[in-house]
Amino acid sequence: MNVKDLIKSYGRKKVVNEVSFEVPKGKVLSLIGPNGAGKSTVMGMISRLIAKDSGAIHFEDKDLTKWKSRELAKKLAILTQHNNIQMKLMVRELVAFGRFPYSGSRLTPEDNAMVDKAIEYMELEEYQDRYIDELSGGQRQRAYIAMVIAQDTEYVLLDEPTNNLDIYHASNLMRIARRLCDELGKTVILVLHEINYAAFYSDYICAFKDGYIAKFGKVDEVINKDCLKDIYNVDFEIIRVKDKPLSVYY
Amino acid sequence: MCLSAFSLFLGAIELDIAKLIAGDWEQVRILVISRIPRLLAILCTGVGMSVAGLIMQKLCMNKFVSPTTGATIQSAQFGIALSMIFFPTMGLGVRTFFAFALAVIGTLLFVFFVQKIKVKDTVLVPLIGIMFGNIIGGVTNFLSFQWEINQQLSTYFSGSFALIIKGNYELVYLVLPLVILVFIYANHFNIVGMGQDFSKNLGVNYSLILIMGLSIAAVITASVIVVVGQISYIGLIVPNIVSMFKGDKIRGTLVDTGLFGALFVLVCDMIARTIIAPYEIPIELVAGIIGSIIFIIMLYYKLTHGKRGKKGVKAGE
Repeated sequence: MNVKDLIKSYGRKKVVNEVSFEVPKGKVLSLIGPNGAGKSTVMGMISRLIAKDSGAIHFEDKDLTKWKSRELAKKLAILTQHNNIQMKLMVRELVAFGRFPYSGSRLTPEDNAMVDKAIEYMELEEYQDRYIDELSGGQRQRAYIAMVIAQDTEYVLLDEPTNNLDIYHASNLMRIARRLCDELGKTVILVLHEINYAAFYSDYICAFKDGYIAKFGKVDEVINKDCLKDIYNVDFEIIRVKDKPLSVYY
Repeated sequence: MCLSAFSLFLGAIELDIAKLIAGDWEQVRILVISRIPRLLAILCTGVGMSVAGLIMQKLCMNKFVSPTTGATIQSAQFGIALSMIFFPTMGLGVRTFFAFALAVIGTLLFVFFVQKIKVKDTVLVPLIGIMFGNIIGGVTNFLSFQWEINQQLSTYFSGSFALIIKGNYELVYLVLPLVILVFIYANHFNIVGMGQDFSKNLGVNYSLILIMGLSIAAVITASVIVVVGQISYIGLIVPNIVSMFKGDKIRGTLVDTGLFGALFVLVCDMIARTIIAPYEIPIELVAGIIGSIIFIIMLYYKLTHGKRGKKGVKAGE
């Protein structure tokens, strides 16, 4: 996936300004930056949820807007941060909707096998016949991710997946994102607030500031004192833990 | 639930059979011309109104939206009034067309209005719908007095099965193919009900399905109104009661919702026919009283037991 000169303004304010980058295939890429830096908007545009003002997004050598919606849904899945579905659906029913781009309303045996696999992957077997509105926040988030897994796309986009999760569930979720990449060979793009999760679990980081890309590179290239100070206007200390840069701020 | 619907279905026929045995050909004619059409009309109405309510609730993501609270009924009546004023000599066809068109326009207007101003409060949405409906109803009333058609129009206001005989009710059959259409697109409606981003992610055309679903619901409602008249609350309470037990997957609840709706109307009709026999009161009266009581209980239940759920939603945001 290749992004070139992306621009988006709301009213007079340019929230995304000439953003260009290339998504490394089969890796985990995290988009970080302060509030309002444009990272979620960029995520929305590369996942076709938000219309861009100008610029080009090429996905597998084809303009993103030229893709048929249904075909794209087999290649790219996005999970947004607002998922307050007001519906009494069973976990299994929700996960099965992930197969919709493939089989529409009629599930084939292969679809059911995929649904089983996704539920197993997210360790939701015991909850699969429960209604999602009876689950805890962490369990519900896992159910949504199971749906995305059932969608079986090469690209998985997660917009602030750790929001509102406690440390246990959040770190679990990051490990799952990592496994999606390592075990299933998917390209994972995340929008994250927590710098240390980005540093520990991604291969590449793209840091935004005021609608521009402040820095794009491998984890060590972005997570260092000067770079972070530049992005967040806060003093950082970097400690190395398990050979990863852990940032401390106060 | 299935069984009870069936038993009542039999009960209604048995009433006729008793007469049939006692009577002669005259009785058979009553059965064929009046009783069977009536029964079929009741079933179609029950199925249609509850399914229409079901789709509207799912598409609008709001449990309190229905043909009654979504301005659909009032718009259809407005359409009928317009057709009476401008084409007084034309038959049922024009009237039906006007009812369909206005019902669709009114419902879509309401839904897009609510989406545009982004009403977050679940209870506020139906309230706006009721207000919107009342405005349309007021205009209809004014016009009907102005053109002195209020008497003619009144049959379309309070629903009643008393006037149903062979030859003037067949339009309600339109409900059946529409309900089948709903079944085919059930999963589409479910996905649209989960929101715009969700639909896009799964490759579903949000606006198209939304408009299609609402139009189907509006046409079902309008066809019931043209034949039977207004019957409130069914579209509101039946889908809610079924969803409490069966969840919100449309494919799974459609049949139950339809059957339960038919059962509800059947019971209301029987009450309406027996309470002051040999006369009968309009079914709208019975359905309105029973429906509003159930609705209040439901609201109360939601407010007292729903607190936990509301907190959950807030935490999830």
